[in-house]
Amino acid sequence: MKLQSETKISVSGRVLTAAPSGELDYHQAERIRTQIDSAFEKSSCRHILINMSNVSFMDSSGIGMIIGRYKKAETRGGRLVVSNMSDVTSRLFEISGLSKIVTRVDSAKTAMDMLGGTT
Amino acid sequence: MNKIKLEMNASPENVSMARVVVAAYIAPLDPSVEELMEIKTAVSEAVTNAIIHGYGENSVETVAMEISAEERVVTINITDRGVGIENIESAREPLFTTKPEMERSGLGFTVMEEFMTKVEIESHPGEGTTVTLVKELGER
Repeated sequence: MKLQSETKISVSGRVLTAAPSGELDYHQAERIRTQIDSAFEKSSCRHILINMSNVSFMDSSGIGMIIGRYKKAETRGGRLVVSNMSDVTSRLFEISGLSKIVTRVDSAKTAMDMLGGTT
Repeated sequence: MNKIKLEMNASPENVSMARVVVAAYIAPLDPSVEELMEIKTAVSEAVTNAIIHGYGENSVETVAMEISAEERVVTINITDRGVGIENIESAREPLFTTKPEMERSGLGFTVMEEFMTKVEIESHPGEGTTVTLVKELGER
């Protein structure tokens, strides 16, 4: 079991991809938020893709983190897309109403095709 | 009835500890994967609330979690001796948060209510809060 989250960040065209791993709770959300924001500020990206394939757990702290990154992308006229969500995480998305504003896709490749970058 | 009590510092890293302990306790009851995730998520929300809102992240203080089960009904009490909740009705409303600057989504109680069979809140301003989470596990 991995308790410490690591976030892999990459840039392709105008898309910043963040792939956190481990458990996205209050303790880890803060760290992930700082990592994404710092990379986003340094880049000229417009869009943010959060790839959830390595996230084993998420609670509403993760929802707060995603809403915050949605706002970041919006400041540059970009979009936030989330890929590879588990069933329980998808339910959190529904409860929060986030599903109305954030695009969810099955894979990072689909997200990149949509946002115009390359995987 | 086997009952356990865990008392932990109100520190962010202990939120995952609380999830691990509750998962270990209910494992012999053979919950479904979905039930396990629901209970872990609700516990995560309640312990996070105690740390952030009860104590304002003062990790010297402690949060207590008591778990018991009667047949297939699991009851979890999460107690802090923090500031208490002024208005429980507001706190239960979806998207209500007193800490938007921390990117809190205001969904803690909404998630608990969605994932558990019953959620009770007892709180006295200045004395603290106890959240009781009850889950009736399906037959296996």
